[in-house]
Parts: sequence; structure tokens; C-alpha cells
Amino acid sequence: MAKRRVRFTFEPQLIKEPVIYRLGQEFRLVTNIRMADVDEDVGWVVLELEGEPAEIDRGIAWAEQQGVRVDPALGDVVEG
Amino acid sequence: MSFETALRCRECGREYPLMPIYSCEFCFGPLEVAYDYDAIREATSRDRIAAGPTTLWRYAELLPCDPAYRVDLGTGFTPLLRADRLARAIGLDTLWLKNDTVNPTWSFKDRVVSVAIARAREFGFEAMACASTGNLANSVAAHAAHAGMAAYVFIPHDLEEGKVVGSAVYGPTLVMVEGSYDDVNRLCSEVAGTRPWAFVNINVRPYYAEGSRTLAFEVAEQLGWRAPDRCVAPMASGSLFTKIWKGFQELHKVGLLDTAPHTRMSGAQAAGSSPIATAFKHGTFNFVPQKPNTIARSLAIGNPADGYYALKVMEETGGGAELATDDEIVAGMRLLAETEGIFAETAGGVTIACLKRLVESGAIRRDEETVAFITGGGLKTIEALADKLTPAVRVPANAAAFDLALAEHRTLVGAGAAGGA
Repeated sequence: MAKRRVRFTFEPQLIKEPVIYRLGQEFRLVTNIRMADVDEDVGWVVLELEGEPAEIDRGIAWAEQQGVRVDPALGDVVEG
Repeated sequence: MSFETALRCRECGREYPLMPIYSCEFCFGPLEVAYDYDAIREATSRDRIAAGPTTLWRYAELLPCDPAYRVDLGTGFTPLLRADRLARAIGLDTLWLKNDTVNPTWSFKDRVVSVAIARAREFGFEAMACASTGNLANSVAAHAAHAGMAAYVFIPHDLEEGKVVGSAVYGPTLVMVEGSYDDVNRLCSEVAGTRPWAFVNINVRPYYAEGSRTLAFEVAEQLGWRAPDRCVAPMASGSLFTKIWKGFQELHKVGLLDTAPHTRMSGAQAAGSSPIATAFKHGTFNFVPQKPNTIARSLAIGNPADGYYALKVMEETGGGAELATDDEIVAGMRLLAETEGIFAETAGGVTIACLKRLVESGAIRRDEETVAFITGGGLKTIEALADKLTPAVRVPANAAAFDLALAEHRTLVGAGAAGGA
């Protein structure tokens, strides 16, 4: 089992969609939310995904297909 | 001796021992170094600093590492230049330029890497690593070479040649990652968790980031131990921007500034990578990550780790943010070079272009004493200026041909640009 810390960013049209619920239902993943904020322009959630590495990859790919932007939890590691 | 006491979560305030860790186990917030400011106040003074080396190590008491482990290439205490010609051109009374193009690898990254590698050696690491679009890669490779440490430097496969050579010459293991910007991010995040390396902007990031505070320390000292009315600094992750403000505040806490800093902090971003500036203009602290697309690759961070904190600094100081198009960035590089003789990389063009916009819009008043931070040298990004400069006068080697060509050249570009002879 592996854990990955990610940040989901939701555009306004996605904010009402239960993406994280479905991630836990449709994939063999445990989702654990640690921080979140939502306003009228954007919503973001920092969470940990736990499962087999390949299942985490599949779950993230599915979330991205739904329109969620997925990034490392603490921002980009590539710098100038 | 050093005076750091713990790592503290910037979100929930939980404290952790001084280890190579970077995020809170509870809320995943970023960790930041905490200090015993009372002890620093006792240990340091303006006279003691003045008697120190002419590098960033003159502020050793304020840095989160034992100076005995320092790897000193001569970084810091860079010039603070009065820029009257540029000030007149954009409509300011008093403008200063903090010229960090003169650091050992020609960018401010030498400041953060100096601190990171000292702390990494203190922890017992034998290898340094980073993921970078150029400046950080150059600096990590150089400092590791000077320390005799191994270096693993990850760069995008399509980086400008100058930045590739500027890392390769120091002999690191240079890894050119195929794929998109996001692919480089993803690979490096995974690699960082599995190797026993000091990844400067990941597992030793809390210490690394503190090096940027030395910009504020130097500016205050060079102004005669006072803070300016306004700072304009480029923003990529937002870390540099927040640490400059933190540095001014700390100088007051430890008694080196007599009054609390009143500086308004303004951030500069390229329009093609502007999540922080865009959020500021929308009046929100929730930035939307972007896919960077700008000539200012040293600022091309789409998901800035310190974006939220940069926005908080703007709110706290009454500052703000601005953005500049690629054409404005090139114009900014030229304006800086032609008025003040400083050849900056694209990030410097961003800073000058945004400063110009901020003055023109009235966001910065004419009478505000302003410091602009020029964070990297122009030879790293000469591609940005291709076909954008006044062409040279090419002549056969005889005086008559020269006179004729010079007259034609003056007609072409204007007598002022051709010189006063």
C-alpha cells in the first residue's frame, strides 16, 4: 500500500460534484481530507490517497478526466 | 552557534524537531523554522554585523544552520544601486535596485542553496538534489562541487542551452526529464521520497527558504538600518516574496530596526504564469493553478507552494501584485539595461515591467522610496532577446565606410540611440 498527498482544485462547475466520494467508491482507495476551502470562484482540497500505487494512478487519472486539476499537495517542486 | 528552536506548521502551529522534514503530519501544512529571537537579540548587533564577512554569512545568527558547515562561494551582500535614470523613466523619485545578478552562479538562488547545503551537511547528507528550470540547478551543482558532494539535478529536457551548460560544467548527475512540466514535477516528487538525498526544495525546504531573508537584511543595512516604503519582487513559488517581508519584521524583533517596518510588498509575475497575481486581482486567497507558458521560465510555477502566503503578505502590508506580457518582459529587460547598465534575465524584465505598470496605474505613488529586486543575470536567457535588439553596424575596415554606415544607422534608429559622438 502507498500514500500520496495531493491537492485537488475544482472549477466552479465541479464544486457540487461528489468527486471525492466517488473516488472512494469506484476505486480501492482510502481518501483522507486534511485541508480545504471553497469560494465562489474555486474550491480546493488537500487530501491523502491510500491504496496500491497503480490504483492511486488510476484514481487520479479518473479525477482529471472529470475536470479536477491534481497537483502535489505542497505545490510544484520544480523551481526556477 | 545557531538560534533555531523548532520547525513550526504555518497552518496549525504544531511544532516538530529540527529534522529534514517539510510538512505537517496532521494538516499537511508547510513547516517553517522558528527562532529564539530574544537570544538572537543578545547575540547580534549592527556593529557585529558590520565587522562580519561581506557575504550573507554576516547574518549567521539569523540563519538556521551552524556556520561551521557553511559552503561559501561568496554569496550575498550584493550591491544596492541607486537607479535615478530608471526612476525618471518610469516616474519615481527614489528607486533602488538590489542587484543579485552578481552572485556566484548569477542568481539569488545562491542564497537559499547556501543555507540548504550547510544544513544538509549538518544533517549528514552526502548528496544534494533539486528540480529546476535553471537557476536552482546551476546553484546546487556549483555548491555541491565546492563541498565535494554528489549532486543530482533534474531539469526539463527542452531547457535553454545556457542553463544546461551552467549546470553541467560543475559535474553533477544531470537528469533531463522527457515530458511536460507536470511530468517533471511528478517524477521529482516521487524520487524525493525514495532517495537519501537532501532535495533542497523538498525535504530541506524549511531551511532552504530562509536564505531569501538575507535580501531584506542586506537592503535594510544598506539603507542605513531602515526599511523602504515599497518593495517590488518577482514571484514564482511566492517564497522569496514572503521571506523578504519576514526578514524586515525579524530585524525589528531582534532590535536591528528601530521601528516596525512599514514596507508595502508588491509582487511581479509573468502573464503566462500568474496564479498569484491573478488571484490578487480577483480579490481571493484561493489561487487557481495554471499551466505555465512564458519566456520567464525561472518564474514558471503553475502551482505555487507559497501562493496563499504571498497573498496574505500583500493584504497585511497594503501591497499588491501585477503581471507582464512577454513583450513587456523583453521591454523591461531592455529598459533596465539601457538606463542602468544591468543585464537581467527574464525575471528581471518581469519585475521592471510590473514596477512600470504599478507606477503608471498609481498603485505605487511617485514619492514612495522603492526597492526592486533583480534576481538573475541576463546571459542565462539570451534567447529571449533574439531579434529584439538594435542591430549592430557592420562595416568594411575603412573610415569612409564607417562614416557612411554610422549616418545610415543614426537615420535608422535615431541619433540618441546611436550615441553622441
